[in-house]
Amino acid sequence: MNISLNITETIQEWLIGFMPEGVASILGMSIVALIYLAIFAVAGLYLVLLERKVAAWFQLRIGPNRVGYWGLFQTMADALKLVSKELTGTVKADKFLYNLAPYFVIISSLMALAVFPFTKEFQAFDINIGIFFLIAISSVGVIGILLAGWSSNNKFALIGAMRSGVQTISYELSIGLSLLTMVLLTGSLQLSEIVETQKEGWLILQGHVPAVIAFMIYMIAGTAETNRAPFDMVEAESELGAGFHTEYSGMKFAYFFLAEFINMFIIAAIATTVFFGAWLSPFGITESIPWLGVFWFLGKTLMLVFLMMWFRWTFPRLRVDQLLTLEWKYLLPINLVNIVIMAIIVWLNLTIKF
Amino acid sequence: METTLVKSNFKSEEYFINMGPQHPATHGVLRLLLTIDGEIIKKVEPDLGYIHRSIEKMCERDSYQQIVHLTDRMDYLSSHINNEAVCLTVENALQLELPDRVKVIRTILSELTRIASHCLWWGVMGMDVGALTTYFYGFRDREMINDIFEETCGARLTMNYNIPGGLMFDIHPNFVQRTKDFIAHFKTKLPEYDTLLTGNVIFQKRTKGVGVLSKEDAISFGASGPVGRGSGYSCDVRKHHPYSAYDRVTFNEALKTEGDTFARYQVRIQEMWEAMSIIEQLIDNIPEGEHKVATNAVIKLPKGEYYQKVETARGELGVYIISIGTKNPYRLKFRSPGFSNLSLLNHIAVGGKIGDLVASMATLDLVIPDIDR
Amino acid sequence: MTNEALQNLINSWITDLEFSEEESQFLNITVTPEHLHQLMSDLKSNKETSFDYLFCLSGVDWQPELGVVYHLESTTHRHSIVVKVKTADRENPVFDSVCDIWKTAEFHEREVYDFFGIKFNNHPNLKRLFLTDEWEGFPLRKDYEDEINMVIK
Repeated sequence: MNISLNITETIQEWLIGFMPEGVASILGMSIVALIYLAIFAVAGLYLVLLERKVAAWFQLRIGPNRVGYWGLFQTMADALKLVSKELTGTVKADKFLYNLAPYFVIISSLMALAVFPFTKEFQAFDINIGIFFLIAISSVGVIGILLAGWSSNNKFALIGAMRSGVQTISYELSIGLSLLTMVLLTGSLQLSEIVETQKEGWLILQGHVPAVIAFMIYMIAGTAETNRAPFDMVEAESELGAGFHTEYSGMKFAYFFLAEFINMFIIAAIATTVFFGAWLSPFGITESIPWLGVFWFLGKTLMLVFLMMWFRWTFPRLRVDQLLTLEWKYLLPINLVNIVIMAIIVWLNLTIKF
Repeated sequence: METTLVKSNFKSEEYFINMGPQHPATHGVLRLLLTIDGEIIKKVEPDLGYIHRSIEKMCERDSYQQIVHLTDRMDYLSSHINNEAVCLTVENALQLELPDRVKVIRTILSELTRIASHCLWWGVMGMDVGALTTYFYGFRDREMINDIFEETCGARLTMNYNIPGGLMFDIHPNFVQRTKDFIAHFKTKLPEYDTLLTGNVIFQKRTKGVGVLSKEDAISFGASGPVGRGSGYSCDVRKHHPYSAYDRVTFNEALKTEGDTFARYQVRIQEMWEAMSIIEQLIDNIPEGEHKVATNAVIKLPKGEYYQKVETARGELGVYIISIGTKNPYRLKFRSPGFSNLSLLNHIAVGGKIGDLVASMATLDLVIPDIDR
Repeated sequence: MTNEALQNLINSWITDLEFSEEESQFLNITVTPEHLHQLMSDLKSNKETSFDYLFCLSGVDWQPELGVVYHLESTTHRHSIVVKVKTADRENPVFDSVCDIWKTAEFHEREVYDFFGIKFNNHPNLKRLFLTDEWEGFPLRKDYEDEINMVIK
């Protein structure tokens, strides 16, 4: 296969053939954005289907199995239904913020997708501060949730939004610090370079003990960051009804819903990139076929997504003060110690490299 | 270093929030008026009556056979035991001597009802603390009991199997075998409940030390059933005032002294084991005989007052009948367990978080029609 | 304690009590409204009786009297007793509340107020429990009539 997987450049080169360079680069970016949007909107829907199937397996059920073979079009049908539904809202809502909130959430989660190296060169936006960009973008989403809760003029939504705020701000720290621990090994924030370093062994192996600790902290914090059980304080259907999106319906609700699943994918994808060697195959068995990297990347990511779904369908929910205790009294101190240990290991060159 | 507590400059304001009547954690149409400061609950005021049907007034115009059917609609999860309560009151008033067969079958069915009710409670309890999977495990096992009931009573929820004087029909030929099958099945499944939820560290954190009810308060609030026994208050009607065949079986009263949500949880799990043991003692030797004794078509209770209490899955159900010798009761009062148990909700929830309220409410195991009647 | 012993003991506290064991499985005491609260707190606090469990509190319309029936049990001695109190005043029936003695009485008395219109002195929160505040009349009274909601045979 000789088609270059670097889609951004390929498209731009093709466009430059018949139009000025400036227009071509803008148009090229828009086309890439549209492609990503289309792919991940559909992928998000299939993540919802996966979640429903996984839930069914855990709960002695069959799950959706009517629409299409094995229920494959169930979530498509759901999305169509949501598109066609009436957008309701409260009379005394702050209309501007109320309407703006879902877009904050969905756009911030879609933006993060740009930097992932799905396979060698298949990366829309190889920015040199990739990890930093991801952390920054993932904290924008919470603004959307806060806005939604505040503007809905509903007390349940407000409590949910406030919980979300306190939760996301706390767990951002753990996410950032656990990723920083790994950055000590790579010496770069650029995702493509992080992948390059892992050709000598996935980082979770290179960094051995502190890396495993960092991974565990990352997964806990990541689950909390996406507001999923056992950290779904934000929605907590048995306490708050539906939490911050109580007053949303139709497509606006669907944006929140979809964003949750794309966020879950993002958290898993970051873990894949930073801990499990992104698109690299184990022992380099398929290194000669670059496009198989997509398979490895998605395979690893979906394994982690499954792990998060496993959490959700087996654990009870924490209480809001226990959630904060866990972060501030346990995860954060462990993380700080861990980062020092990692630094010592890197300094003394105790990493494992193949 | 000396630290001084600086009073916060933030002005905190209490606010009201309506939990219910349509709320996932209130299991029906209970409305709670919460006064909250941030997340901390200052006051819980239940607002009842959303499905009040005035069953007590309806009873005053109905015959005793008809009243039995109304009791199904109170605590619908222990409908068989509710039926039994009214039947026992009427039988005691008429001084009927029931065949042993009736007593034993009633006891077995009551205990099956108790297991079914606790299965559902367990599923819902898990759901209230956020573990959605428990719901389906609980329902899987409850379904088997419902099938047994369907075969014998013809109904899955509102049994109507008891009549004053015995049982409406004899048991189905498959009944004994299916009950044994269920016990064998449930003995392997009940430990699963523990591995899925009881041992979970998050679950224990959520429930231990939450919603503590002391023994004195439990008695004063009239708590009964697992709520009272979780506080170390021995209140099992089956032990203290045995009825039907409870005097011929041996079982332990599940008692815990902690009085918190986890203790109430453990009491219910323990009760399921005890219920299985009671059924096992009885199922192999159901005496032969008639399944009912003949009563008059129109039952008239002699003038007087009659009180009978039974242990439903939720606690002590009392039936208080004042008769003036006619075919209708002059006054009939149901002392429902849920009503008394609800009255202590404010006491145990104040000072906790919203999540604590939901967890403690789950172990009170409220059934709203039982409270509203 | 046997019913007889209970009767002798309680009779020594307050004089104008009526005792009866007819037509009931419990010992029945009828007390005047003035002595209700004193009798009740004695029944609870006395070591020999210690009726600490109020398991049923029902309003009854005896026509023409209105009254309340208290079913008491002792969790230490396991004996039971029934206390009855009646008043002929149908317009404004008032008794003393016992919810300072047994906390469960708070809800039960609200229920009685809701259905019988019997008021309780010193009750912390005496308002309708099941019915709406605008409801007219007291449905469990025998003379209550509601042509829409009631089926009368």
